[in-house]
Parts: sequence; C-alpha cells; structure tokens
Amino acid sequence: MDRLPRWADIVLIPLVSLVLAAVLSALVILAIGEDPVAAVQLMITGALGSTYGWGYTLYYATNFIFTGLAVSVAFHARMFNIGGEGQAMLGGLGVALVCLHLPLPHWSLALIAATAGAALFGALWALVPGWLQARRGSHIVITTIMFNFIAAALLNYLLVNLMRPVGAMDPATPKFPTATHLPTLHDLLAPLGIAFSKGAPANVSLLVGLLACVLVWLLIWRTRLGYEIRALGHSETGARYAGIGPARTIVITMVISGALAGGMAINNVMGEAERLVMNATEGAGFIGIAVALMGRNHPFGVLLAAILFGFLFQGGAELALWTDIPRELIVVIQALVILFTGALDNMVRRPLAMVFAALRKGREA
Amino acid sequence: MTPPVPAIELRGISKSFGPVRANRDISLSVAPGTIHGIIGENGAGKSTLMSILYGFYRADAGEIFIGGTPADIPDSQAAIAAGIGMVFQHFKLVETFTVLENVVLGAEDGARLRPSLARARASLQALADEYELHVKPDALIQDIGVGMQQRVEILKALYREAGILILDEPTGVLTPAEADQLFRILDRLRNEGKTIILITHKLREIMEITDTVSVMRRGEMTATLPTAETDPAQLAELMVGRKVLLRVDKTPATPGKAALEAEGLSVIDGQGVERLRGIDLTLRAGEILGLAGVAGNGQSELLEVLGGMRDATGRLRVNGRDLALTGRAADGQARRAAGIAHVPEDRQREGLIMQFQAWENMIFGYHHDPALRRGPLMQNAAIARDAGVAMQEYDVRPPDARLAARNFSGGNQQKIVLAREMRRDPEILLVGQPTRGVDIGAIEFIHSQIVRLRDAGKAILLVSVELDEIMSLSDRIAVIFDGRIMGERLPGETDEGELGLLMAGIEGTPDKPAWQAVEDAQFAQAEAVEKSHG
Repeated sequence: MDRLPRWADIVLIPLVSLVLAAVLSALVILAIGEDPVAAVQLMITGALGSTYGWGYTLYYATNFIFTGLAVSVAFHARMFNIGGEGQAMLGGLGVALVCLHLPLPHWSLALIAATAGAALFGALWALVPGWLQARRGSHIVITTIMFNFIAAALLNYLLVNLMRPVGAMDPATPKFPTATHLPTLHDLLAPLGIAFSKGAPANVSLLVGLLACVLVWLLIWRTRLGYEIRALGHSETGARYAGIGPARTIVITMVISGALAGGMAINNVMGEAERLVMNATEGAGFIGIAVALMGRNHPFGVLLAAILFGFLFQGGAELALWTDIPRELIVVIQALVILFTGALDNMVRRPLAMVFAALRKGREA
Repeated sequence: MTPPVPAIELRGISKSFGPVRANRDISLSVAPGTIHGIIGENGAGKSTLMSILYGFYRADAGEIFIGGTPADIPDSQAAIAAGIGMVFQHFKLVETFTVLENVVLGAEDGARLRPSLARARASLQALADEYELHVKPDALIQDIGVGMQQRVEILKALYREAGILILDEPTGVLTPAEADQLFRILDRLRNEGKTIILITHKLREIMEITDTVSVMRRGEMTATLPTAETDPAQLAELMVGRKVLLRVDKTPATPGKAALEAEGLSVIDGQGVERLRGIDLTLRAGEILGLAGVAGNGQSELLEVLGGMRDATGRLRVNGRDLALTGRAADGQARRAAGIAHVPEDRQREGLIMQFQAWENMIFGYHHDPALRRGPLMQNAAIARDAGVAMQEYDVRPPDARLAARNFSGGNQQKIVLAREMRRDPEILLVGQPTRGVDIGAIEFIHSQIVRLRDAGKAILLVSVELDEIMSLSDRIAVIFDGRIMGERLPGETDEGELGLLMAGIEGTPDKPAWQAVEDAQFAQAEAVEKSHG
C-alpha cells in the first residue's frame, strides 16, 4: 500500500470526506423538496453569523472537546472507550454534589472543586470497565456500553428519589448556589471591550477545554506515561518486553479517559443548566467518538473536529427552527458526517493514495 | 544434441510495487528433472518471482513458458492446472483436519466426500511408496511434527499431479536430520523426473542438493551457474555484491565467574502445557553460550522468563543475587535494572514498536531512566540527537533518527535493537535469533558486535535455530528439546549430526541412519498423541 504524504493524511482526507458528506446531505435535502443552498446558508448564519450563534457553537464544541479527548486518550492504548456518555453523566453527578454540598465562596474555587469532582466521578466510572478489561479480559467496548445504561439508570434513581427537592415534579436537582455561577464568554470578554452575546451559554469551561487539549498533548507525546500508553497501543508483546505492565497501563489510561469525559460536566451541568437534569449529556459522549476519529486522536484535530460538530449541532437546531426540514434530518446529516469522516476513511484513502502514486510515477518518468 | 525443452522458462519478468522494483527484467530457464536453486538476501525478489509463477501476482512485463508453450497464470488455480505445485515456508494446512483430508481439500471429485477420500488414500499409498514420502493418513495435522507436515504439503502438490515443485525456504523450521530427510525426498523426486525449484538463503543447501543455481540481488538475476562450478564464497559475493567473511573471527573464550544461574526453571502456559520442564543453566562472564534447538521447544519461553516477560517457577540468580520470577519484581524493568539486556527473538513484535520513530525505539525498555527527563517531560530533542549518534556507531542505514522503525530493512532494524541493548554496557546479554531475516552483510557486523561484547567480559546467551550460527559463534553449546536441556557440548568436540539428534530428542548414537531415527521418532510422537486422544 502506498503511503500518503502527511499533509494529505491530516488535511485532505477529512476535507474530501466532509465534501462527500455534504454532497450526499444536499441530495437528501433535495429529495424532500427543500433547497440545500438555502439550508447551508441558514446553518452558517445560524451557527457562525452572530456572537449568539458562535456562543452556542462553542458551547457544544466544549462538550465535544472533553469527550473527544477522552476517546482519543483511550485509543492511543487501543482501548475503544464507548462509555464517554456514562462517564460524563457521572461527572455531572460529581459536579452537582460539589456545587450543592460544599461551601464555595467564589466561582473560581467552585470551578476547581467541580472540575475535580467531575473528573473523579468520571474516572471511577471508567475504572471499573478498565479494571475488568485488564484483569478479566472483559471487552472494553461491551463493558463501557453497558456502563452507559447503568449510569443512566443510576442517575434516574438518584434524581427521582434522592436529589429532587421536596415537592418538585421535575426529576432534577435544585438550582446550584449563585456563587457557583460560571462567567460566560460575555462576562469574560466584556472587560476587554469585546461585545459578545449575553444569551449564549459558552462559558469559561471552554478555556478549561483548551487547557485540557494542551495537557493531553503533553501527556501523550512528552511524558513517560504517554510513551508507555502509545507503546502498549501499538504492541502488547512489545510493551511486556519493555517492562510496561499492560494491565496497569490499561487501568491508568481508562482512568484518565474517564476523567476527561467526566470533565465535560463543568460545561453543560455547571456552566449551562446550573443544576443536574436527566439526560444532561444529550449524546455528547457518542459524538466524542466521531470527533476523535475525525481528529485523528490528536488534541489539535480533536479541537477542530469539536468545533465542526458544534457548528453542525447549532446549525442543525437553526434549520429545525426556521425551515420545514424536520429535526430528524439534522441527525441524518450529522450521521453522514460521522460515517464519512470516521467509518469510511478507507473509501477516500485508497483512491487518493492511487492518485498520489500516479502523480509520483508521472514525476519520475 | 539439442538441449531439452526447459520445464519452466521466464523471459524479461518485471514487477514493481509502487516505487519499489521487486523484479527487474528477469530471465530464467530450468531444465526438466533438475533441482534449480534460487539464492538471494531478504528482499532480493525471490518470493515475488515465485509468487508471479504461482499466480499470486501478475508481472508488469515478461512472458512465462511451461514446457515450451506460453502460459498465462492469472491465479493459483491456473498454476496448479499447469502442473506447478508450491510448498510455502508457512504451511497452508488445516490444523484440525487429518492428513488425508488436507490432501483432498480443494481437489475433491464431487460433492460426496467418501469416494474422494478412498481414492486419495490409494494414491497417497502409491506416492508414499514411489517417493518415500511417509505420513500417517489419519493423524490430525496439529498432532504431527513440522517435518511430517511438510511432507503433507509435498504430497498435496504431487496428488494434484504437479511436475514442477517450488519450495520456499523449506528447511527454516527443520532440524538438520529432518532437512537431510527432505533432501533425500527431493533427490528421489528428481530421479523420477520432477523439476524442483528450491528457494533458500542457505549456501550449504544450495551446494548440497542443487544442479544449477541462480543468484538474485536487488530484484535482478545476477548470475546463473552450474552448482558444481561454484563455491560458497563466490555465491556469497554474488549475493551481497562484495567479499564476505563467512566464518566468525574470534579468539578462544576466557570464561570468568558465573553471571547467571538458572535452577529448575519451569513454565506452564495458559493452556496448561508445560513449556519448560526444569531448566538448569549456568552462564559465565566472558563466554557465549549457544542454545540450539528446533523452534517451539521452549527456547522462546526461556528467553521470556530471563527477560522478564513471563512468570516461572524455580530459581534464578544473577551474580549470586536471587531474582524474582513472578509479578512486577520480575518484569522487564526489573531485569534491566539487574543488568540483563535482551535482544528478543521477534524484533518486529517485541523488540521494536514499528510505528515509533528510531529515536523512540532507542529508549524502548529504558524509558524509565530519569536522565531522559527534565521534570515530568521527556527530553525528546536530546534523546533523538543521542539516537542519531548511536545509529552512526552501529552502522544503521539510513542513520535518520526520525524515520519510523518499519521503514528500515530487517538488518537495520536489528542493528537498532542491538545498539540500544549493547550501548548501556549490560553484564548479561540475551540474544534471540540475532540474524533471522537479516542479510549477509549485516550478519557479519552483528556477529562481530556479539563477540566484541564477549571479549569485554560480558555473559552472552545466544538462542538461534540456525545451527551454523550456534556452531560458529558459541563457546559452549546447550541443546534444548521439549522444554528440557538435552545436553551440553563444546563446539570443537561435536558436529551437526550429534547436535541434530539431540535437537530431535534422541540421546546417544542410534544403530540406524540419523534420518531414519528422526522419522521413527516422528511416527512414535504421532502415535503417542493418537493414544492420548483415546
């Protein structure tokens, strides 16, 4: 198999995949009698045309940064962590417990404590499947999927029976104290003289997400642990040869992955809802898989892919709001993007590789 | 007298894989009823050429003639129809089928199996008598040894009425006596008029059995000579393109104190099979102890135990100090800390991470060294610089530390591993298959490095399935069979025949020829397994 130049691998393939997904989406929109050009325009103005739109796009993107990083870290050890959803739910529980039960005088302290709580709960939720994989050989894909259901059921029970304020009909926790209110991008940018929409939910968690990208990059490529994680991911016998305990490394990797997924809760639970509600994650854990795939498991790629999916989420919501295109079709478009950028990688890769081989031959001749 | 029509003739065969030109304008003519050897280093294009002949690849250019008529071979079915049979290096047998079922597989007469099997049984008997190809028709493949498995592969080809037989590195998995047995069969086949192409990288085999030999180098056929008119030195030079030292240059060893002592090392694997049954070995400073044995007799497990990759029971001492045999205290890190360096048997799966760049591989296993870090961060740039220096020292080509390991040739990959393990000045070096898949030029270098380390007073355990390598490099030889040490010999006081018998688990000198003793042992083993199945 001929290899592609690096830039083509990183830039060209995702781009071609995206174009293919867009073309197919356009055909679907045509098929139901709507105008695809108008739809794209609406998506772009809705998601990127105003600071309000940007605020939502970046809010969604923040969720996906955390879950995307979670999937990529695990994948460097060739662990397919499908449990981001459940880990993020448990992260929400951690945030709620911290915000409701600790006396926190200022948002900055609250953010640190809540981040720790979210990471701890997410990590614990990933620890169990990780341990089962490492010690018992239970396949991580199966156990993490199952743990999503258990997490949903657990939260359901806790919210309905234990955490719901007396007399409330809504299965949700009480509102968090005002001291735990996180500054939004509007609050952060106003002192700098930049006007940003007041209503949009993007908040300081975005900066935590960016920091997480940097830390993950350092972890994977600049630390001993990252070296061991990557070595294990490439070859388990190789890892054993080098004295890298596979079981130990698997557990540690899953704990880090779960902590990242759990970390998402500071954005959606603390930054936006300011209380814990049912199904707060809205599938962001699963989107994280697509984000990691598209981002080639590199933190920078994850960041870009997270913003793309944030755009699709916000743009899709606008479409559903202003056109007759049903909400379900938005899911179809998102699914096509996931399918092309994630699952059908080889469909694009092989023809491109052939084109490059032909070009190379042409140059040699 | 006109020369006979060649059994196979290739004219101007070329084949490229992307930018790699695996075969360049190759012409070859094989006379019927002869054994034609094709020799060349790894990557010289031998396997590609044979794959074209057997229909796995299509040539970009060139023609094939079988028995004088042009042949088009788009797939292996066509090759079989044209009378070509192939015995691969890695057998293509169904482990859970019997010998008979494997022979019939793909050549059944019809939907009903029973008549096919009956017919096959009869013709198998006839073939066995004609060519001395003795097998047990009703034994399962998984229960018989590799020697008999190989005979099944040959029978498969003959059953399909092959007149031309291609054997790809057939002796790689055999003991010397089994190899002799194979050569007797090949000789017999030649006398019966079959044409044989033997692909190998072992000069000795070429000299022993072939009539004509062709040498390949870098995709080209560099020479074709009658075997009687050449010698190993000339062939080696043709293969490598320069003069090669075939013998290892070394002085007698001056063994010092015991560096590593193993007592009663035993290993039971995940399936409950005893892989090591009480190994006792002493390795002295300043000597090379060669461990000879056919692959799969426990030498890999022994290396894994010593290198910290596998738990065991028994006792292990290094310089008089006891080492743990289980748990984290017995992992690769702990072994390296105890002064044991390990060049593993399988460099691609164990010794290197193929996707890692050379500099990352240069610290593999030693990545805990605090000198590589400042705070929590690895000093990648400094590590890469140092790796570049090491690669120069050990003649790794190209000496580019940023190149991924998979982009180096086998010999250069091995040099990366050697550089890593030797540069840290270990007390004890474990070396598994140091020259497997390594070209002749690099073998010379690797052997000289091993001897240099010995001369520096280090203890070296050499595990190799190449008996030549064991004989020429070792100061003392131990033979392993079925998880036990069969005996120890000094290289000057033994020969390949004696070692070969030990490798087959036969002690003392039997009163029959070696090949016969080995074949009897094979049948006895198959019968024992059959009995244990009830």
